[in-house]
Amino acid sequence: MLSKKQAKIFFLGGTILFMLIFIGMSVHSLMVGIPKNTNDSEINDQVKLGKQLWDKNNCMGCHTIMGEGAYYAPELTRVYTRRGEAYIQAVLTAPEGWGFRGRKMVKYDFTEEEVAGLMAFLKWMDKTDLNGFPPEPSLPAPLQ
Amino acid sequence: MKYTSQKIAYHFFALSMLLLVLQIIYGFIMGFAHMGYDVLHDIIPFNAAVTIHKNLLVVWILSGFMGAAYYIIPDESDNELWSVPIAKLQFWSFAIVGVVAVAGFHVGWWEGRKFLEIPRPLDYLVAGNVILFLVIILMTLLKGKQQTTTAWVLTMGLVFAALLYLPGMIYFDNLSVDSFFRWWVVHLWVEGVWELIMGGILSYLLIKITGVDREVIEKWLYVVVGLTFLSGILGTGHHYYYTGGPDYWLMIGGIFSAMEPLAFLAMTIFAVQMYRKGNKKHPNKLALYWTLNTAIVSFLGAGLLGLAHTLPGVNLYTHGTLITAMHGHLAFWGAYASLIFAIISYSMPLMTGRNIFDNRIGHLAFWCSNIGMVAMTAAFAAAGIAQVYLERIAGYEFMVVANELHAHFFVLILAATLFTTGIVLYIVNFFKFGMPTDEALQTEDQFEALKTA
Repeated sequence: MLSKKQAKIFFLGGTILFMLIFIGMSVHSLMVGIPKNTNDSEINDQVKLGKQLWDKNNCMGCHTIMGEGAYYAPELTRVYTRRGEAYIQAVLTAPEGWGFRGRKMVKYDFTEEEVAGLMAFLKWMDKTDLNGFPPEPSLPAPLQ
Repeated sequence: MKYTSQKIAYHFFALSMLLLVLQIIYGFIMGFAHMGYDVLHDIIPFNAAVTIHKNLLVVWILSGFMGAAYYIIPDESDNELWSVPIAKLQFWSFAIVGVVAVAGFHVGWWEGRKFLEIPRPLDYLVAGNVILFLVIILMTLLKGKQQTTTAWVLTMGLVFAALLYLPGMIYFDNLSVDSFFRWWVVHLWVEGVWELIMGGILSYLLIKITGVDREVIEKWLYVVVGLTFLSGILGTGHHYYYTGGPDYWLMIGGIFSAMEPLAFLAMTIFAVQMYRKGNKKHPNKLALYWTLNTAIVSFLGAGLLGLAHTLPGVNLYTHGTLITAMHGHLAFWGAYASLIFAIISYSMPLMTGRNIFDNRIGHLAFWCSNIGMVAMTAAFAAAGIAQVYLERIAGYEFMVVANELHAHFFVLILAATLFTTGIVLYIVNFFKFGMPTDEALQTEDQFEALKTA
């Protein structure tokens, strides 16, 4: 029968072993995997500004990006391809705040530079390799 | 209650109850917004409501953990709390930082990073506050007449929870790296070190309520927390499937996430077996109900519903949908909310001397809140499954789908009303205890005879 000491060794040994493996995999992910998948070298000042605005305005509080955030507004990982530049610009600069099919977006007073930053950020995000996310719909389009 | 200094726990428990009520109010605001009634949009936009809802959850649970530690550690280490005045200072500074953070969220003072929205200057205050808390706990433990496994597991859980807050305070330009470290905090908290805290509190409650020998309970505590880390650390990988990480996380995260329910199952078997081995004579039935509820519902919410969508092939479609909300609500309810309710139910009679052990309001609170939460989970599940099929599989536009989900949110609000009724009844019971008193000292001695060899 398992003794308390053996149980303690199982806990401490298992924890230390798996923590070391996790740290090793994390280092590899941060040094090699993520920079490659996300085109880290393409993060210029405009993208950085866009990321700062993304955080500052808590866009994640309604939208998801890379599938992370709240579930109140559309997923934005591939929005640059899906909607195109003109549509995104219209959303970001709507004078009364964007509203779509009954749901309202907070009104923002972005400057031209800030709009360009957010666009650059979404364009950078558009090109990231997320292991197949978001998935392509597997059903054919419904008959109209 | 063995020591007068344990009374400080009451402050933290009362704060927990207050913040829980606020959390529920903001939950209702979000539920109505999802139904199309975003009437408070100009005052409390959705991103403010969701941030407040989630952060209040974290803060009230942490407040409950702190209260639990202030109650348990003096008892376990056989020593008065190291410093009651500093503990009071820690409480008020914690409460003030919490209030400032919530007020700030209303005016957009935040970092838009899910669960870690508290702005940087307040982060430093949180860190300082937690250090103060840990100093009090560690000094109490180290100066105590004894140092039990239960006390050490609980304390180490609190220490590592504090340490893991630090990676979340670093800013990264790359969103993917930012997310990577955000999960070091959030995942390694709720599916890692918070489970140490949970194991410590659960172990303490089982020792007290079932009367089973401490050595037996603590031995299995090691096994349970061992399984937690064995699966939970690499289980972090399920957050790295689709956020820019290498594809090996799909396999590693998938395998270890699939093992995570085993840790919760072990927790369930652990608690139920200890109850069965015990003498079942302890009169505090409400504390027993909440203790067993923690062990059972955490397995269902965190374990099974987590498994339901962490396999990579499934998660590709469910990631970033209301399925996550389904899992999250029952998981937090089972693993952490019930646990706080259990320690409050156990400790309040001993701090106040009022033996509210088995009353009708307490039982109604238990059943209303549990049935309400299960129904809420079912409503989220229905909405989430519909969303996955319509949006991810059939390819309909997000808002077209969102407008089809109003009926599910109506059911959610009905279920949440039943849940809230349970919570209100629990709080009514909480206030019926009155304030802690020194006259309640040594009231626990009457239960010493219940110990089972």
